[in-house]
Amino acid sequence: MAGEIMLQTPLTQDKVQKLRAGDAVLISGTIYTGRDAAHKKMVEALARGEELPFDVKDQIIYYVGPSPEKPGKPIGSAGPTTSYRMDSYAPKLIALGQTGMLGKGWRAPEVIEAMKKYGAVYFAAIGGAGAYIARCIKASEVIAYPELGPEAVRKLTVENLPAIVAIDAQGNNIYELGKAKYRKT
Amino acid sequence: MKTIHTDEIIPVVERLCMEANYFLGDDMVAALQRAASAEENPAGAAILSRLVENAEIARSEEAPMCQDTGMAVIFAEVGQDLHIEGMGLTDAINQGVRQGYSKGYLRKSVVKDPTLNRANTGDNTPAIIHYDIVPGDELKITLAPKGFGSENMGGIKMCKPSEGLDGVINFVVDTVDKAGGNPCPPIVVGVGAGGDLEKCAILAKKALLRSIGEHNPDPEWRKVEETILERINKLGIGPQGLGGTQTALAVFIETYPTHIAGMPVAVNINCHAARHKEAALKGRDA
Repeated sequence: MAGEIMLQTPLTQDKVQKLRAGDAVLISGTIYTGRDAAHKKMVEALARGEELPFDVKDQIIYYVGPSPEKPGKPIGSAGPTTSYRMDSYAPKLIALGQTGMLGKGWRAPEVIEAMKKYGAVYFAAIGGAGAYIARCIKASEVIAYPELGPEAVRKLTVENLPAIVAIDAQGNNIYELGKAKYRKT
Repeated sequence: MKTIHTDEIIPVVERLCMEANYFLGDDMVAALQRAASAEENPAGAAILSRLVENAEIARSEEAPMCQDTGMAVIFAEVGQDLHIEGMGLTDAINQGVRQGYSKGYLRKSVVKDPTLNRANTGDNTPAIIHYDIVPGDELKITLAPKGFGSENMGGIKMCKPSEGLDGVINFVVDTVDKAGGNPCPPIVVGVGAGGDLEKCAILAKKALLRSIGEHNPDPEWRKVEETILERINKLGIGPQGLGGTQTALAVFIETYPTHIAGMPVAVNINCHAARHKEAALKGRDA
């Protein structure tokens, strides 16, 4: 797609503040994975005063539970899972400096408030494009909670992973803006 | 009386698990291509083109089109003149699922208990199996892996008869509207109307087994399918919920007689990875 913004991680505040809802981006660099069970474990670890398995500051967490990798491939199919299930955990990680979330679907108001307060962006990846996105993932390593299987936390190296800024750090929301623009009722 | 041994059934189920997850139906691919041409939002059109490309990659690499390879939902039609030998039929189907999800590098997404013990069963069993006893001596198995991004967005309403057709239509459209981008639009919408609480839910799931382009045989219900599709595509949700005109590719309604006091309606949303594959096994003379 024309006009895509090349975005290199780590996602520092200067990059966060420039992104606007509706921007198409191609993400490259290191990102981390986590979905329901991993988020629950991370937030429980924080409550016990323990450290997280990785430093979330300036990082993107991709909400994904990949399918098993075939021999010779770094990862199986790896499209986004629905993000609202992480809503009760996300604000705590954003408060610690997490600047990017990559998933699909709408977010709760408290997540958007945290994004505005601390400076974070929510990206939508193409839901269901698991085989396509797998081609953008060049390396994958389980770094925490291997017992969770597909829900383990992984460190991924990605190249030109396509996504759209769904909600920016000002709270502009493409799910609302886009729908309003094309609604015909 | 004809006979089938479960040793013949297991590899068929195994194969269906893989084929359903690797090979999106030609009807769906064509529908996605049509949607890409029709979509008014350029960003949405780009997403739709990438979804076509995704289906092509999945097919050529024999990789799951979506990482959520679903719970294995199976509709089994068992001919009443058929004798099944070997292990229990349910055990055989689950063994096929176990082998298919393991050998096919498919994600295991089933937990043991809904609340008290959410530990992964490790082999994607048990499957959800619906049996029908039908005339004949064949066993027909349809496997429709269902991801929960879309399954979570379904709903059921025990409508009052006084709500009439508008009640049915409004409930379906509202359910899709509330779901927004969560079920990975463009979606296919299955609707079950009539029966009772569980019958309409099963009908809604069964409706999703149709191919794009098939309609309810009753011309009046076909018109309702078209009306709902048109209303959904005016909601503005669009591909992935980011705005657009291509929110649903089809609406499939299945109906059943119901009670004088009721009008149950169930909605089961399928994502664009609308997967289903079937196989028929013929019984042999014993």
